[in-house]
Amino acid sequence: MKRALASLSLTLACAAVSQGTAATLTFACDSVGQGYDECKKGADAWAKRTGNTVRLIQVPKETDSRLALYQQQLGARSADVDVYMIDVVWPGLIGQHLLDMKKYIPAAEVSRHFPAIVQNNTIGGKLVGMPWFTDAGVLYYRTDLLKKYGYKAPPKTWNELATMAQKIQAGERKANSRFVGFVFQGKNYEGLTCDALEWIASFGGGTIVDGIGKVTVNNAKTVQALQAIQGLVGTVSPQAVTTYGEEEARNVWQAGNAAFMRNWPYAYAAGQQKDDPKTKENEASPIRGKIGVAALPAGPGGKPAGTLGGWQLAVNAYSKNPKEAADLVRYLTGLQEQKRRAVQASYNPTIASLYKDKDVLKAVPFFGSLYDVFTNAVARPATVTGSKYNQVSDAFSTAVYSVLTKKSAPGPAMKTLEGQLNRIKGRGW
Amino acid sequence: MTTPLPSRPTATPARTGRGLQANRTRVALLLLVPMLVVLAAVAGYPLLRTIYLSFTEYNILTDPAPKWIGLGNYWFTTEDGVGLGVLQIPEWWQSVWNTVKFTVGSVLLETVLGLAFALIINSKIRGRGLLRTAILVPWAIPTVVSAQMWNWMYNDSFGIISDWGRRLGFLEAGQSFLSNPDTALAALVAVDVWKTTPFMALLLLAGLQTIPGDMYEAADVDGASPWTQFWRLTLPLLTPALLVALIFRTLDALRVFDMPFIVKGNAPETITMSIYARQELILNSQFGFGSAISVLIFLIIMVFTAIYVTSLRVKFD
Repeated sequence: MKRALASLSLTLACAAVSQGTAATLTFACDSVGQGYDECKKGADAWAKRTGNTVRLIQVPKETDSRLALYQQQLGARSADVDVYMIDVVWPGLIGQHLLDMKKYIPAAEVSRHFPAIVQNNTIGGKLVGMPWFTDAGVLYYRTDLLKKYGYKAPPKTWNELATMAQKIQAGERKANSRFVGFVFQGKNYEGLTCDALEWIASFGGGTIVDGIGKVTVNNAKTVQALQAIQGLVGTVSPQAVTTYGEEEARNVWQAGNAAFMRNWPYAYAAGQQKDDPKTKENEASPIRGKIGVAALPAGPGGKPAGTLGGWQLAVNAYSKNPKEAADLVRYLTGLQEQKRRAVQASYNPTIASLYKDKDVLKAVPFFGSLYDVFTNAVARPATVTGSKYNQVSDAFSTAVYSVLTKKSAPGPAMKTLEGQLNRIKGRGW
Repeated sequence: MTTPLPSRPTATPARTGRGLQANRTRVALLLLVPMLVVLAAVAGYPLLRTIYLSFTEYNILTDPAPKWIGLGNYWFTTEDGVGLGVLQIPEWWQSVWNTVKFTVGSVLLETVLGLAFALIINSKIRGRGLLRTAILVPWAIPTVVSAQMWNWMYNDSFGIISDWGRRLGFLEAGQSFLSNPDTALAALVAVDVWKTTPFMALLLLAGLQTIPGDMYEAADVDGASPWTQFWRLTLPLLTPALLVALIFRTLDALRVFDMPFIVKGNAPETITMSIYARQELILNSQFGFGSAISVLIFLIIMVFTAIYVTSLRVKFD
């Protein structure tokens, strides 16, 4: 295997030499929503400018599956992929296999990005990923339906959401038997960890593990939050929400079959899609122009919380073309490309000044109104739990899943989870 | 194997005979070497390495090398009385229980249906050739593709099965057979039965064709009804083929990974042993702990094989 890889890279190296300085880079990018197409546009623009070639590979849709794949590649010190798009919770997990971007990108350019994300991506003094786009969970609502049922503003609390969703669902079901009130990510995977963190944080229940590494998940407010959400499943949320990831939820929403959805900002541009003028195909989203975006609801006495998501671009430390790879990263994370992606596909920039840019705000108005949500997003306990983050997240989402499927009650589930997390923690994170 | 020695008591030919024999053995061994080397490299080494790793603590992301901890991955209780070994973890036993239920359910249904199909396509009906080809279609579709296809058919908002379920009153809006934890495993069994019954039918058809036709003619002359013929003639003569097919299917079902993983991910109500092993081994990067799970799966499959093999002996010795 190693020899095969070596000979392959040798062939690639020879090919590179014979073409002068042009390199062929392999880029593991995105596959959710318009992700692949947007990656391709950006990478192609860079390739055209520099005369290099970028080969985009297909990656799994779900973040856990991507991580599993990349961990294997990096663990085997494979040079197959030059540039990876990495999740905000991964720097602590795979950082030792990634190059220090500070050596390739001037400090003045790095400092334009949100300091919190740069901090998150810095592991042991090494900047292992350049911020590309940030994410926070937001609430999508149908402006037309809210108006139709006499509501002036989106819900501020989870109780309000339940009431509104119930009324709209009851009304719309008469004409559309598939209509549901509220969809989110309820499948047992990393996405559920994000959603559930928002519920418990918005009730004031903390962040599973606190900043100094103490397991705090077993508390009254967390239990209260899970009770509230458990009550939604099977009433205003379909029971099958426990089989939904981001894209399954978006499919229901974008078909016009849901009143509310929790999702990441990418779903906005996807929902506003127009007919393709070139192909004249009927691709327009049925809910185009009827989409509102707000901060997620809060629990009693709590404040809204959106989980910090977002993706970075990183260069494989074993890459044969580190310079070109870093240059691709520099281009893609730069101001111009981030602006293009914000305007065309509603990806949140990581450069603060773009949130005041007129073109960006015109294309995605909620970037301005929800600026606070994006800058104050709740981080998953990835930094404090380090290499054990995946085990923590896995145990947490499985416990929440058992609550959503009504296999356990919130109280006992959180008590068991507390024991489990302490077991994973062992003598320390 | 002994070559009869030449009857003449002269020493020379005997020595040549023995020399020839030894030579043959040497050549045979030499010819076997490539195969043994390949087998040791692709089967022996990974197996031994997995067994070795199962006695170590080894997180590939953080640990530079495996650290020997003996049986700690299998059974370890901390001072506070918390069980850390895989045998003490409820999630593991849940995955074992799920897998056993899946195996028993799917193999049983596949055997019954496969036998029925085999009998039909073995009888002299018109269009038999076409039927034999058509029946193999589900088996020919790659599992990943058919699993995703069924996943969409089960989808609560646009899936055809959920639509039927609603019309027949089994499901309410927003429900699907996959989303209900009580029916999810049965829904997965249905997918497996759809996919693997043709394989079972094919194996049994091969068995049926070894039964000589004159036996049935004799039975007809004796006036045995088709029902009696099936129970007294077909089934006993088919038993060897049936047992081989059962072994194949059981071992396959016990290590099932792809279909349940694609349809349900690692949801606790359908997690199988292999999915649990992948989760700990690959996703959580715990090579030591994950290897212990792999070794246990290996042992469980060995137990099932041993049961089958001994039951075969009991029947035929």
